Amino acid sequence: MQNRIQQAFAKKGQNLLNVYFTAGYPKLHDTVPLIEALTEAGADLIEIGMPFSDPLADGPVIQQSSSVALANGMNLYVLFEQLREVRAKVPDTPLLLMGYLNPIMQFGMEKFCQAAAEAGVDGLILPDLPLAEYEEEYQAIFKKYGLQPVFLITPQTAPERIRHMDTLTDAFLYLVSGPGTTGGANTQAEGVQEAYFERIAGMNLRNPRLIGFGIGNKDSFQKAAGHAHGAIIGSAFIRALEDAPDAPAAARQFVASILN
Amino acid sequence: MTSQFQPNARGYYGEFGGAFIPEMLYPNVEELRDQYLQILADPAFQAEYQQLLRDYVGRPTPLFEAKRLSARYNTRIYLKREDLCHTGAHKVNNTVGQILLAQRLGKTRIIAETGAGQHGVATATVCALMGMECIVYMGKTDTERQKPNVERMRLLGAKVVAVTSGSQTLKDATNEAIRDWISNPVDTHYIIGSVVGPHPYPDLVARLQSVISEEMRKQLLEKVGRELPDYVVACVGGGSNAAGAFYHFLDEPSVQLVAVEAAGHGIHSGHSAATSVLGTPGIIHGSRTLLMQDEHGQITEPYSISAGLDYPGIGPLHAYLGASGRARFISIEDEDALTAVAECSRLEGIIPALETAHALAALGQLGAGPDDVVVINLSGRGDKDLETYMKYADKLK
Repeated sequence: MQNRIQQAFAKKGQNLLNVYFTAGYPKLHDTVPLIEALTEAGADLIEIGMPFSDPLADGPVIQQSSSVALANGMNLYVLFEQLREVRAKVPDTPLLLMGYLNPIMQFGMEKFCQAAAEAGVDGLILPDLPLAEYEEEYQAIFKKYGLQPVFLITPQTAPERIRHMDTLTDAFLYLVSGPGTTGGANTQAEGVQEAYFERIAGMNLRNPRLIGFGIGNKDSFQKAAGHAHGAIIGSAFIRALEDAPDAPAAARQFVASILN
Repeated sequence: MTSQFQPNARGYYGEFGGAFIPEMLYPNVEELRDQYLQILADPAFQAEYQQLLRDYVGRPTPLFEAKRLSARYNTRIYLKREDLCHTGAHKVNNTVGQILLAQRLGKTRIIAETGAGQHGVATATVCALMGMECIVYMGKTDTERQKPNVERMRLLGAKVVAVTSGSQTLKDATNEAIRDWISNPVDTHYIIGSVVGPHPYPDLVARLQSVISEEMRKQLLEKVGRELPDYVVACVGGGSNAAGAFYHFLDEPSVQLVAVEAAGHGIHSGHSAATSVLGTPGIIHGSRTLLMQDEHGQITEPYSISAGLDYPGIGPLHAYLGASGRARFISIEDEDALTAVAECSRLEGIIPALETAHALAALGQLGAGPDDVVVINLSGRGDKDLETYMKYADKLK
């Protein structure tokens, strides 16, 4: 039986848009209205950031949104409470939680996975969870609750490591577009980047691929989607929410600006 | 050496350690992990490292019998004079070793984080020596309270980046340095200044600092007729000077290892950096260790009068030393550290760094007797803290 993430890729195949935002940003109770608005506007997957005080892989835009969300009172208890009703409103869209290990460890990994599964979460993106620790300590728990891990790949990731990651998930592989944290401009020459995307495409992996980091508008989305099954946008969407008087309206407008 | 105090292949000391890093850093850390032991053991590396330690750093540093302090505390106190190292602190032992390592890894660009500025200065120094580009990340708050060190780094040719995120101190400087490394994965080596970070850094830095305890053993044999003291005392922020001072005594159970943390305004005042008391297991900067955090796993902001000690974690080795009972932890408040500054200055003619003063302030709590040999690692000198000392002149009387 296909999971929701696989269904989304089976249904569309190409040009899938995955939108990231930080839970509790810009306002504490924007989380669920934003998920609904993004879905209505045509986002294919939604990545919900769990704010952390020290988000190492993220750039200044997402770090700032995390600080605001934490100051708003967001934490995992609040988030799961908010997500309790989300599946009634958004039955099909794959939902992924993205964040760092430390808050999850304090919450308790098993309790976290159970709460995520009960809320209808499909996958987890935990950039600082090492592969070995995942396999030894957490894989069985993820499986028990039907949660798919999503692994990041960079231009420096060795092919055998990519193949190994590919066996550990039934979701997608997250291709980091080039060196840098989220929201950064891609400093690498486009040709070099394309060669990397094509190299991964040529590996005939089991899972589809989404490209992320530095994708911020229709043009970069289309380019990235041309080298994979779609792309992930985070920082640019956070910026669009920054001073928006109506966050869901801003979300609908943002997705339209990418897809239409 | 097989010892329970050596990390296993994945960098764990008991439950602490590991390498919790995003994939963007995996190749860099893997390269370092695969090569550091081999490079450190290479005779050519050792020859160059030892020569620089001798002729550039000024090693061996003296082990000085502090007779007036001894009389004051009725025990036998020796000061390991790391303050006499080039650049004024033990930090340079590590940066000399890591710059040689970086050269052998073919890196051309060096980044570092710094709190008090001692590690930044030590890194800028070796980069100047080797003609390598150097970028030092420092919390904006720290650039203000440790101005002389900022100027020294600039004079040495380093670019100092004032970090304005988070609490604008050491933790945030470390975050920014890691982000720089993520953005420059091929040509850059990150010289971490303490026994923190993902494996193999805690072990690498401990090994490079272990020269301190190696010398202590030889010097004690000469001076007191035995290699083993009764106490070794060192201050702990991240824990590099303590790791170096403890290293060759870890498997000598007769030696009491004492790690001294900054209690700030008081352990439970809400303005403290006493991680061993206030910390719980968690992940910071790539390793699982003890860490100051709230119930939701958000890292909290530590406080100490000394910029070098206000770090919300400690190295995984120290977390393990505490958990296993091998080391005893003592917490010292700001005021008592300042008193120790005055005492060491007046009794021995040595003005210690504020960080080191915490170790000195623990003397009264050790319980050492008249025949006990106590070695304090005098990790750095107080020139950089003169502005703070002037500000608290009334407390230093």
